[in-house]
Amino acid sequence: MGLLFCIVTALFFPGIILRVKSIASGRKGPGIFQPWKNIWVLLQKGNVISATTSFIFQIAPAVYLCTVLCAGLLLPFPGFSPVFSFEGDFVLFAYLLALGKFFLIIGALDTGSSFEGMGANREALYSMLAEPAFFILFGTLALLTGHTSMVGIFDAFRFTGPDTFIVGFISAYLLVQIAMIENSRMPVDDPKTHLELTMIHEVMILDHSGFDLALVHIATALKFGFYGGLIANFLLPVDWSLPVQIISFFVIQVLFALLIGFLESFRARKKLAKNPQFVFTLSSIALVAFILVLMITYKMLG
Amino acid sequence: MPSGMRYFYTLAVTCLAILITSVPAFNALLHPGNPTLVFEAGGLLGIVNVTIDSLSAFFILITNFAVLTGLLYSRGYLSPYRLTKSPAQLALHNFSFVWLHISMLGVLMLHDGIAFLIAWELMAVSSFMLILFEAEIRNTLKTAVNYLIQMHVGFFLLVIAFLICQSDTGLMSFEALQIYFSRHPSAPLFLLFFAGFGIKAGFIPLHTWLPEAHPAAPSHVSGVMSGVMIKMGIYGIIRVLTQVQSDFLVIGLTLLIVSSLTGLLGVMMAIVQHDLKKLLAYHSIENIGIIGIGIGLGVMGIGLNNPTLVMLGFTGGLLHALNHSLFKPLLFFSAGSVYKAYHTRNIEQLGGVIHKMPQTAGLFLLGALAICGLPPLNGFISEFLIYVGLVKGLSAGNAYQSIAFMCVLIALALIGGLAIFCFTKAFGVVFLGTERKTPKNEIKEATGDMLFPQYLIGSLMVLIGFVPVIFLKPITGIVHRYFQIDPTIPDGFYRIFSQISIIGVALILSVACILYLRKKIFQKRRIGQGPTWGCGYTAATARQQYTGTSYASNFGDLAQPILQQKEEFEPIGESEIFPGKRRYKIHPVDIFNTAINKITYICMLTLKKIARLQTGNIQHYILYAFIFILIIFFLLYLKVL
Repeated sequence: MGLLFCIVTALFFPGIILRVKSIASGRKGPGIFQPWKNIWVLLQKGNVISATTSFIFQIAPAVYLCTVLCAGLLLPFPGFSPVFSFEGDFVLFAYLLALGKFFLIIGALDTGSSFEGMGANREALYSMLAEPAFFILFGTLALLTGHTSMVGIFDAFRFTGPDTFIVGFISAYLLVQIAMIENSRMPVDDPKTHLELTMIHEVMILDHSGFDLALVHIATALKFGFYGGLIANFLLPVDWSLPVQIISFFVIQVLFALLIGFLESFRARKKLAKNPQFVFTLSSIALVAFILVLMITYKMLG
Repeated sequence: MPSGMRYFYTLAVTCLAILITSVPAFNALLHPGNPTLVFEAGGLLGIVNVTIDSLSAFFILITNFAVLTGLLYSRGYLSPYRLTKSPAQLALHNFSFVWLHISMLGVLMLHDGIAFLIAWELMAVSSFMLILFEAEIRNTLKTAVNYLIQMHVGFFLLVIAFLICQSDTGLMSFEALQIYFSRHPSAPLFLLFFAGFGIKAGFIPLHTWLPEAHPAAPSHVSGVMSGVMIKMGIYGIIRVLTQVQSDFLVIGLTLLIVSSLTGLLGVMMAIVQHDLKKLLAYHSIENIGIIGIGIGLGVMGIGLNNPTLVMLGFTGGLLHALNHSLFKPLLFFSAGSVYKAYHTRNIEQLGGVIHKMPQTAGLFLLGALAICGLPPLNGFISEFLIYVGLVKGLSAGNAYQSIAFMCVLIALALIGGLAIFCFTKAFGVVFLGTERKTPKNEIKEATGDMLFPQYLIGSLMVLIGFVPVIFLKPITGIVHRYFQIDPTIPDGFYRIFSQISIIGVALILSVACILYLRKKIFQKRRIGQGPTWGCGYTAATARQQYTGTSYASNFGDLAQPILQQKEEFEPIGESEIFPGKRRYKIHPVDIFNTAINKITYICMLTLKKIARLQTGNIQHYILYAFIFILIIFFLLYLKVL
């Protein structure tokens, strides 16, 4: 059930971001459903497949989409129990997304294009560097709440005092940033750039066309929605009544999309060489949260 | 003896050894409550006990499987060598292979100190002979001798450790260690054992033999060495741990720190390698690190009196040992098939192998996914156990222990990410794209007798990935038996794995559905074929593809101080208006190797100075003896001696 909500909100995500960006830059811009219209057109089209590729190139988009969907099965939603939940399920969540990325990367290398190799390499590097931040964050929350499943963590996390507010704020910030990196948005990657040399995600899927490209776009939109769902779950207290929760869930999701739209409008992409430092910074911020939680749970300060 | 028959004799002897040991091993593993099986064998050393308990049984089964698949693979792999090698050389090779198997079984079944050390030594010598197979290559000889020397350093450490035990207790066996450990603090002697076994296992900084020896050996030998022989080190460490009585926190912390560094540095150095087998060898080091993290976590659990950590840590470590003994031989075998076809291990000269050898490529991909710990394969299950253990460990101890666990968690997350980075490189550059260099000979898919053992391994890996419970139950039995944890395993424990399996099945099914849908749709649509989009450039050649070096370069820059690369080139001078043809060479340097070379160089210098005493003049030697007697006399006089 919760998965459905996430998928529904994910449908609006790319459109909202696009709309916000166009408004912020003073353009008229396309409608909210334009990205899905594009995907629909792609689904109708035929494919052009590079002669140098093998079956890897053809299965990669399908695997990518399915890993995102399967990761969604683990996603909790306040008020509803997720399809699957067990201790340490966030490890599976992260690794399923990694599996999808693995296939997308080797799919790009399959074309033998130097541009796509470049994109694949960057994607592999940045997501590898972002991995510790995700694990530190969930380790920290597990330490704070005493639970190791996503449902347990989100249910047990409550804003009780100033210290938990700080942890909550840092965690929400980190989740937004990790979502931006994992989905190849600013400031690490610019989805709207038009030079292959500076692309990351876009250049990786350069040779995919038609149905396959549509699959990749759908998966990316869903992934964004799922990360948004994760953030909404984290922020929503469980003791609110169900309708209120559902409404605030949608509000948070829309706010998340608006936020990303604004961030992308007023933020420049970083120099590629500076990206690793930026991604590492997230891990250090996560470590700050960890130290803070250590203080809360062990009273290191007094 | 006809050369074809020789192989079958070897196979027969190996199968016999497998049969004799596997039956009691299965028995010991499935009924851990039964008293351990002990045979008394007479011999030169008097009576030696041959013991099969559930811990040795676990490793015996791993060893038997890996040796069997290695031997099956070797038939096809060695076929070109039948023309170039003399029958005696091949016979020696097979003989050493059988002895490696028997000595490993000996290591696992003998608990008596001397007998164990003899088996350990036999293992080193037989594997030395196996590495020497291509001794006509000068580098192989050097590597093999280096290997033999390093193994003897380890052997020496083990002898000292056993002797310390004997001088105290009068006994020299693993069981006697318990007596020693109950009288003395455990950490110092354990660390001595750890160093001795660690050289075999390849813990950093004791690993320098490993990335040299594995590529030098024939692929089936590399597979067996990497898959099971280095696990003998892990077995030794666990065997000693079962006897340890105190200092658990110190030992656990040391294991965690050393293992995290081993894992991290191993995978980092793997990324910059150009030699496919060397890359895999560095990954063995990484995986030993992961196994070590599991064991360290378990030991911390004993120290913190936390049965959950003990179970998750040791179960994860042991399962990862099993997993690694499957996917690493698989990777070495498929890499060996590529080497056999292309006669090069340099990944910069390969490319597009998947078009010529699709089955080998598929098998390598399977191994790559598993070694990266990606679901739904077996590597994920063991890494998952260790992850959960670490996260639970965060709240188990005091603040400092939490920080330690957090550091290990970061290390493990980085190892996972780096492994994906490394294997997308290895698989992508070697198997995908187009050929970077046209091979001289025609390339054919590996023969059935080389593929069969790989499929065998692959199916077992998939089985562990989807039905882990049947493997987890015996392993938790071992952990329960040796580390006295509460036998009641938490209720939801096995249910977790059934949920993971369901998600795995859902993943496979959904992929199948989408691909079926895609096929249906494609039947109606126009599917064009064209060249790869070159961003407007239409004359792209294979040489413009991303190479392994370029793929690794941005990471290499990031990890500069640790990953040093040696560049050899002649810079273009200012007066050179039309630069001529140039060569550029780059190869990764293992900083630990450099450090060890530096130390040995200093030792050699000092020893050379001392060697001046060796004049060859008999009068001088008499003088030395006289001086020696004088010194002894004075010392006695001064009552120092």
